[in-house]
Amino acid sequence: MRYLTDRKRATGLGSAKSGVHHFWAMKVSSVALLILVPLFVFTFGPALGGSYEEVTTYFARPFPALVAALTFIIGWKHFNDGAQVLIEDYVHGTAQKITLILVTCLSYAAMATGLFAIAKIAL
Amino acid sequence: MADVNRGNRPLSPHLSIYRPQITSLSSILTRITGNALVVAGLLITWWFLAASSGPEYFAIADGFLRSWFGDLVLALSVLGLWYHTLAGIRHLVWDNAMMLELDIAEKLGWACIIGSVVLTILTLLIV
Repeated sequence: MRYLTDRKRATGLGSAKSGVHHFWAMKVSSVALLILVPLFVFTFGPALGGSYEEVTTYFARPFPALVAALTFIIGWKHFNDGAQVLIEDYVHGTAQKITLILVTCLSYAAMATGLFAIAKIAL
Repeated sequence: MADVNRGNRPLSPHLSIYRPQITSLSSILTRITGNALVVAGLLITWWFLAASSGPEYFAIADGFLRSWFGDLVLALSVLGLWYHTLAGIRHLVWDNAMMLELDIAEKLGWACIIGSVVLTILTLLIV
């Protein structure tokens, strides 16, 4: 048994100080997706099945293009934050750090790809 | 006061001896559906990239998404998406310390599962 007070034992073992930020970021993005997801499902859904000309004409319109672009930004950010929790639960040590970096890279790469594609179709 | 009983306390029951309950099941499903949506997300992102590249590349991605396999993935993803959405609403409610009573929480679990199936059927009918 070590003769330390509870306070001494706890000092330095505190949180990473960013838990609330992560929680809040997920909350904000989830509310945003609550609006965006139905809009995206019912714009992308009917568009899927159209010809190349129909699809590119449809997503050149402001509303479908903006909904898709916003869904890419918020959706991939929300995925990144959510997958982070999954990784932190099951992967530990160096492997955890590497996985977190890879998932973050994947999320932002997909986000950038989606935005580039929408911009190129719309402009 | 120092804790003299460290390391010798009863532990929380672990997964292997837990009876499956609607509350735990619906929580695990939230995680599975949320992370599994990466597949549909990447496929749709790829489809948009192909559409921006030209008719030839679009034909490849579009053909894949509209194949029976693509249809299957997208249909399951719609189910996962609506489930994750309803479970997310449940979390937003729970975050306010509301509806956490066991009987209500169990009803919400069923509401998520049944609601997601209903929404999926509606979506597949409309889209």
